[in-house]
Amino acid sequence: MAGRSEGTLDRREVVAHILKARGTSLLVTGLGAPTWDAAAAGDNPNNFYLWGGMGGAVSVGLGLALAQPDRRVLVLTGDGEMLMGLGSLATVGIQKPKNLAVCVIDNQRYGETGMQETATFFGVDLSAIAQGAGFLNALTIRDQDDLALAIRDIFVTPGPVFVAVKVKPMDYPMVLPEKDGLELKHRFRAQILGARKEI
Amino acid sequence: MIDTNITWSGHVFNILREAGVKQIAYVPDAGHTDLINLSIKDNDLIQVPLTTEEEGVAVLAGAWLGGQKGVLLMQSSGVGNVINMLSVADECRFPLLMIVTMRGEWGEFNPWQVPMGQATEKVLEAMKVIVLRAYTPFDVAETVQAAAKLAFGAGRKVAVLISQKIIGQKDWQK
Repeated sequence: MAGRSEGTLDRREVVAHILKARGTSLLVTGLGAPTWDAAAAGDNPNNFYLWGGMGGAVSVGLGLALAQPDRRVLVLTGDGEMLMGLGSLATVGIQKPKNLAVCVIDNQRYGETGMQETATFFGVDLSAIAQGAGFLNALTIRDQDDLALAIRDIFVTPGPVFVAVKVKPMDYPMVLPEKDGLELKHRFRAQILGARKEI
Repeated sequence: MIDTNITWSGHVFNILREAGVKQIAYVPDAGHTDLINLSIKDNDLIQVPLTTEEEGVAVLAGAWLGGQKGVLLMQSSGVGNVINMLSVADECRFPLLMIVTMRGEWGEFNPWQVPMGQATEKVLEAMKVIVLRAYTPFDVAETVQAAAKLAFGAGRKVAVLISQKIIGQKDWQK
């Protein structure tokens, strides 16, 4: 089966570009490359990195967005992780949180396991699925100019917003953030709630 | 004192409110109908209907990150859907309160419900979830109260399994 055209953007540049505009936004990253991309852009206590729970990134972002309606929440994940949790787009579509944006860094590959093609390689359209699920704003970005325009959608436009960014299918050096889940939870809650390290 | 004029669902609802639960995530089951309906009438609560139970584990992780408590309601078949996502709760020690209505155990008519119903407790325990069981309507509220303390006080993953004997056998005649 022939694949659709490959992305040409550089994922590390894309993520760095997006996160430069984040302000005080809260970030949840899906396992694998998006976690390394976010770490490469610079660690931040407002980041919660998932190292597991494939398919759960959007749901974590949803629970957070509902709990913190005055904070912008960005879920940054990959196409493989998103495909495993497609149902969560419908779950978001019910809640329609204004403060939630989902950005999929779509290289059309399972990058951590040997670059096998994902469904997006074969033409499955994630932003169309998000639109069908009730995201008010759902787009696919293929070039730098559109990415620059999408920054406002990611951080300002009332959500839920969904942005798929087509990027080059290539490997980058892994940049590993903190991986102790308990520590990541404590520092995130301390940062946004001032919560003590209780539970 | 337990007021005998209200149902076990009513008691559980009150306990969840007292525990400070805000997000009610669920895949519906007949046994949870009253509890879900009570929560819908309460404007302070956020109902989060899910497409699959594993989303609930992740939603409640996000809720806790944002300072809110939640509960996950499901049928025993849904326990099979949450297994890997429980890794997130385990690694980060997220409090997790699950209320599971059982099928496939007491007087089950549908053989397809039996495999997961019989495996429910073992699967949960394999993922280090504390399992508390309620066998009578009078046990449910107290068991949920104990589970809520373990979850939100001690930071543990806890499942209350509500016996099919309480929910009633499915009436296939109607």
